[in-house]
Amino acid sequence: MEGAELAGKILSTWLTLVLGFILLPSVFGVSLGISEIYMKILVKTLEWATIRIEKGTPKESILKNSASIGIIQRDESPMEKGLSGLRGRDFELSDVFYFSKKGLEAIVEDEVTQRFSSEELVSWNLLTRTNVNFQYISLRLTMVWVLGVIVRYCVLLPLRVTLAFIGISLLVIGATLVGQLPDSSLKNWLSELVHLTCCRICVRALSGTIHYHNKQYRPQKGGICVANHTSPIDVLILTTDGCYAMVGQVHGGLMGIIQRAMVKACPHVWFERSEMKDRHLVTKRLKEHIADKKKLPILIFPEGTCINNTSVMMFKKGSFEIGGTIHPVAIKYNPQFGDAFWNSSKYNMVSYLLRMMTSWAIVCDVWYMPPMTREEGEDAVQFANRVKSAIAIQGGLTELPWDGGLKRAKVKDIFKEEQQKNYSKMIVGNGSLS
Amino acid sequence: MGSRSSHAAVIPDGDSIRRETGFSQASLLRLHHRFRALDRNKKGYLSRMDLQQIGALAVNPLGDRIIESFFPDGSQRVDFPGFVRVLAHFRPVEDEDTETQDPKKPEPLNSRRNKLHYAFQLYDLDRDGKTSRHEMLQVLRLMVGVQVTEEQLENIADRTVQEADEDGDGAVSFVEFTKSLEKMDVEQKMSIRILK
Repeated sequence: MEGAELAGKILSTWLTLVLGFILLPSVFGVSLGISEIYMKILVKTLEWATIRIEKGTPKESILKNSASIGIIQRDESPMEKGLSGLRGRDFELSDVFYFSKKGLEAIVEDEVTQRFSSEELVSWNLLTRTNVNFQYISLRLTMVWVLGVIVRYCVLLPLRVTLAFIGISLLVIGATLVGQLPDSSLKNWLSELVHLTCCRICVRALSGTIHYHNKQYRPQKGGICVANHTSPIDVLILTTDGCYAMVGQVHGGLMGIIQRAMVKACPHVWFERSEMKDRHLVTKRLKEHIADKKKLPILIFPEGTCINNTSVMMFKKGSFEIGGTIHPVAIKYNPQFGDAFWNSSKYNMVSYLLRMMTSWAIVCDVWYMPPMTREEGEDAVQFANRVKSAIAIQGGLTELPWDGGLKRAKVKDIFKEEQQKNYSKMIVGNGSLS
Repeated sequence: MGSRSSHAAVIPDGDSIRRETGFSQASLLRLHHRFRALDRNKKGYLSRMDLQQIGALAVNPLGDRIIESFFPDGSQRVDFPGFVRVLAHFRPVEDEDTETQDPKKPEPLNSRRNKLHYAFQLYDLDRDGKTSRHEMLQVLRLMVGVQVTEEQLENIADRTVQEADEDGDGAVSFVEFTKSLEKMDVEQKMSIRILK
């Protein structure tokens, strides 16, 4: 009896604390500064850990850890120089050297595959999952790591799971309730409130610290918001600062419940699986949505898949053919505190969320950028590339022309034909052969 | 959960691979990491498809021939030792390799002769030790796709075989291949340096 009472008392105190410190401030969009203090302590601890590691390891291993440089020495000269000839030179038996070298270099290291594994950190952040090359340093460091594990799994994880649970339930219940009201500005205001509150709760469930830059460029109604894609959490991060209409497939299970509830409160664009294949239908529905200036801006991730946040891959042109104003947004995560990248071939959604909730924190920067529209004489592909460059520059990411779908499908023949064309021009040249 | 680095103990036959290929411990670890990254389904070996997924390799005009070189004798899988053996051909030649060799030890995989042999293999489609005019034509076709006419390609193939062929048998043997490239700095052109 007593045990149950005690447990009940602890639970209620716990819930009151959670309510007071986290839920209520979320409703009003106010921050109590607890996260800031947590982050400061975290940064200090990690700095201390880095110094210990650097003192502990011999000089050579530190150089090894600069993983952002490639692992092979590259000679980036173009094909002409590599084949040691001018245009119009003839085929030589030795041409095979250049191509075989380039081919083997690609086998040892290529730009695309490395974008689909998590970024290697230069110094360890006390999470085992990022421990690629670091060895045992000292007892003190190991103690701190053990302390870190206890804090993350026993203190933070239950808290975060509770918050996530509360957040999602509130969203579903709130959205359904608001959906009962007739269409009016009150309904819109209430749905925004519900939306924002639940998103803020969910972000706190991940200990997220987000810095928004250039808020004056926040996407307006009737526009399309495009951003680079790293994980499903991107959606959460963007919707905490504004309401968007989502575009996506109808899912089953928990996601389906959330989707159906959300669409009652404000119009999102959900497609059935079969409808997704029909590109004209998709474009038509999106066009209808943005034509209505009262509807919220659409959120689209043109890469189509999750990339590891070090680069931006090809933007699919579909989103850029709809017309309307594009509001680009760049999202850059700070990998020091937690790796947000979702490697869908390695982890499923549940284990991914678990990893997120046992990281230190999710820290990221969001830059809103001035709106862009398609110019005269520019086709959708060029426009897409222009937007892609702008996002890459703003977020400090590298730009790659490859299709993110490459991790699943083969590269298009058209790229190979380009290479073949270049080479042919060289050996056939101006058409004269003797 | 989380990724673990591959330690020497994890690489099966690590020592014998090191002796055979001459790669340093650190390079071998990097290559093992890469092998596992390419082996998406964690099969323990690589198939042709795993290599074809590499974008930069798929657009290489000789991409198909290079992929074939990993699968000698018609096999469908390449394990880690096989993978490293091919890459060993591209190891830069270091001073220690050119010092007087112990005649009982086999020639190192990255010797000039072995580098040339690797390149020769890319032309020799049926692995009979000779590159006939027909094979030369086929490899050229791979490299230029549809960009060049049959006639132009035949001219190129004829000229190339004629220039290199010494015994007049209409094909380029390995010895003739080596001779025609004796002035070329093969060691430098066919080397990939792995930064430690």
